[in-house]
Parts: sequence; C-alpha cells; structure tokens
Amino acid sequence: MPKKTAFYNIHEKAGAKIVEFAGYLMPVQYRSITEEHKRVRKSVGLFDLSHMGEFVVSGPGARQFVQHAVTNDINALGLGQVMYTAMCYPDGGIVDDLLVYNLGDFVYLVVNASNIDKDFAHLNGLRKTGLVASTDVKLENISDETALLAIQGPDAEKVLAKMTDYDLPSLKFYWAATSKIAGVEMLFSRTGYTGEDGFELYMAPKYAEKLWDAAMEAAREFEGEPIGLGARDSLRLEMKYALYGNDIDKTTNPLEAGLGWVVKLDKGDFVGRDALVKIKEESPKRRNVAFELKEKGFPRQHYPIVIDGKKVGEVTSGTFSPMLEKGIGTGYVPADSSKIGTEVGIDIRGKLIPAEIVKPPFYKHGTRK
Amino acid sequence: MIPSDFKYTKEHEWVKIDGNIASIGITDYAAGELGDIVFVEVPKVGTKVQQTKPFGTIEAVKAISDLFSPLSGEVVEVNGEVAAEAAVINKDPYGHGWIIKIKYSNAGELDTLLSAADYEALLKKI
Repeated sequence: MPKKTAFYNIHEKAGAKIVEFAGYLMPVQYRSITEEHKRVRKSVGLFDLSHMGEFVVSGPGARQFVQHAVTNDINALGLGQVMYTAMCYPDGGIVDDLLVYNLGDFVYLVVNASNIDKDFAHLNGLRKTGLVASTDVKLENISDETALLAIQGPDAEKVLAKMTDYDLPSLKFYWAATSKIAGVEMLFSRTGYTGEDGFELYMAPKYAEKLWDAAMEAAREFEGEPIGLGARDSLRLEMKYALYGNDIDKTTNPLEAGLGWVVKLDKGDFVGRDALVKIKEESPKRRNVAFELKEKGFPRQHYPIVIDGKKVGEVTSGTFSPMLEKGIGTGYVPADSSKIGTEVGIDIRGKLIPAEIVKPPFYKHGTRK
Repeated sequence: MIPSDFKYTKEHEWVKIDGNIASIGITDYAAGELGDIVFVEVPKVGTKVQQTKPFGTIEAVKAISDLFSPLSGEVVEVNGEVAAEAAVINKDPYGHGWIIKIKYSNAGELDTLLSAADYEALLKKI
C-alpha cells in the first residue's frame, strides 16, 4: 500500500492529480506543470516533499561515521551548515545523493524517497564494519515522523518572513536554523532543488496542515500556489541538478556524472575513495552532459544520443524547458565527445533532431543565493 | 459539457462536420489526461489521411500520444494557432484548439463515429 503524506488531504482538496511515486501518493500537478514551473521562477511555490527520507546520526562517532560514508568533506561544515554530497559503494557507484546537516549534537541526513530503505541498510552495514565503533554511532530513520514543506522562488524569503521572527537575511544559502515558524518550533534550511531562493521546513506531521495553510496565506500576495512533482522535475532539470534513478545510480560514479565537485579525494579515507582515485587517474570514459535541441522536439529518457550515425549514449533526463521554450536534456556521452559545443543528434522516435552540448545550467537567471 | 453537434471517437477525438469538410481535434477529457500539451506534429496540407490510422502526434509534458484520424480524406488546413502555441488545446479543445481540417472522401464513415450521447456514455464508464 502506498503511503500518504501528512499533506495528502490538502492535495486532494486542491484537486491535484495524484500518482504513486517511490511508494508515496504524491501530487504530480495541481493545474498545469508548465504554469506551476513558471510560478516558481516568477514568485513562489509550495512543495510537499514529505516523501524524502530523514535520518538522524548521533553519538560521539557520528560525524566521523558520516565523513567515512560520503564523498564530500563534512568536516568543512560549520555548526548549522548544510552540504550536498554523494554516497558511494566501494566500486565508486552511487548509493544516493543527499544533504548532510551539521546540527552539532547530531548529523541530519536527507535522502531520496526511493532510496530510504536501501540507504538505511547501507549505513547500518557501514556502522557494523566501519572504522567507528558501532556503539559510538546511533542511526535513526525518522522519515515517517517528518513532514517536509518547501517554499521556493524569488519571493520565498518574503513569504517565510511573515511566518517567523527569525532574521532570515542572515541565513545564508545552505545553512539551517531552528526557530518558531507559524508558532511551531522546527528545523529549517535555506536549501532547494529549483535553482531559486528557497527554504525547506522539517516538522512533525501533526503540524503539517497548519504550516501549509499559514504558508499559503503568506504566499497569497505573491500569487503563490502549490507545485507538484512534475514541475519539480522540470525545475531541477533546467538547473541540471541530478536525479537519482535517471542521471545517477549504482552503475554511475560521481566523477562521470558531473558531481566531481562533491568528491573530496584529499579529505582522508571514505567508502569508494580507492575506486574514485583510480577513475580520476584514468579520467572518466564518459560524462553526463547537458544538451539543447536546435529544432523543435521533446527529448525523453532513454532516447538514443547519436554521433556520426552511431548511438553513443542515452538521454537520462529530458523535458521541454518552459523557460527556454526548447527541448533540453542530459545524458552520458564518451568523454572525447563531451566538450561544450559538440554537435550531437537525439533520435526522437526515428527522427534525428540536431542538438548541441551546452554549459549548464540551462536556465541562468535563478535566484538561489 | 461536450458539444452536442460534434461526432466523437473512442480514441477521444472530436469531429465537426461542415459540408464536405471535417474539423478534427481532441476532447477535453483527452487534453486533461495528457496534461500540458507542448506541441503537435501534423501532416502538411495535401496529405492523405486514413480512418483509424495515426496522422500525427501530441507531445505533452508527461507523455506522447498518437493522433488517429476519425475519417479518411485529405488535409486542407492546419491550425496555425495550435502550431505556434499548442497549450491552446488545453484551454479551448473544442474551439481554438482544433488541429486539422480534412476534406473527407467517404461519407459512409460518418456512421461509424460516436454521437455526443454515445461519447458521454463512454466517458462515464472510464
């Protein structure tokens, strides 16, 4: 049975189209994916992201344990700072991409909905075999006790300011704080997956509807509206943010995926380091690139990428960009064909549409701080 | 409400007959199911189309769908408004959202189309 999030009744009342996604009944759209997308770029939108997973890692060895599990250097995090990272298998394949919050007494991890059980088992496995004494690390999956509401868009700060006394301008991008929002004490961060300024609010499910109503009310003057997973996907793709299951998975490594910036090979040992060192020395054989279609077309996942009449890869994510008004996408191509400006073709049901490899992001006017 | 003087198909296309010309579009139900329509691909004027055979495609954000011709004939006009801004189909599927006009060649085929009442009954069963 798919799970319902704490916002489910709100989505139903709002007339959302509900689909099953990663085991949850989620709103894919409320009125129009394209309109919702443009709303977030223009002013502000509200997202139910309660399907995402949250883990608490605590105990004296917590930070050392997480440092060993992920590719980015979490020792660089200040108190309250947030970091995007990959988590790899020993062979360099990606277990998941996630956010790491340094909250002092504990480390907070936010993982993909589809990977909650897998990630938890993976981390538990590391806990038993890792370099940190397992008694020094406590690992809790609090996903079912956590609702997540995101407020995203250039007006997000103005919306949240109406709900809290916290000095929001002092909260920098990828930092978190705890404060009363709509009267409820909660963890929140200046983070998001849209390319716009925005916040993500973590709360107990019993407060979810209250927070949603308060946020909708605060967003009203900016014509804020609820945004479904459809627009969430096109918003993230316009930024070329990776999506686990599309662009990255256990058969891809962060170096070829364009996530080399979250791999800190010099931070000390971590799971996958040896494999990634070797991949880096030999240089990745393929790279996940961004492409734009030069003619009308809608690239979709698994469509072939063609160079000189030969299939060299597949589209891993594709859409028709609402902001650029053209087909955009990502996919793996051989490293020697991955340079910006390279001409490729996308085989759209037998018709070869010319495309060009471009420098991401596709959309260059995002307001993320 | 669906226009009562139009004809329909099980594939959720509508047909409006005007003399020997048939305007063709997709129903509000089909447009709603497809969601945001991004663009349509249709044949050029002069192309022959055949009843029940695909004559074009509709690209929506979520999915792509074939367009099936409700009648046999020859394309005499393509809706330029829809070609420029396909979302018109979502907004006004029975009016500005028409897709092509054909000169139909076999009047007998008209009897195979669904009446508005038949189509409404079909929608109720979905």
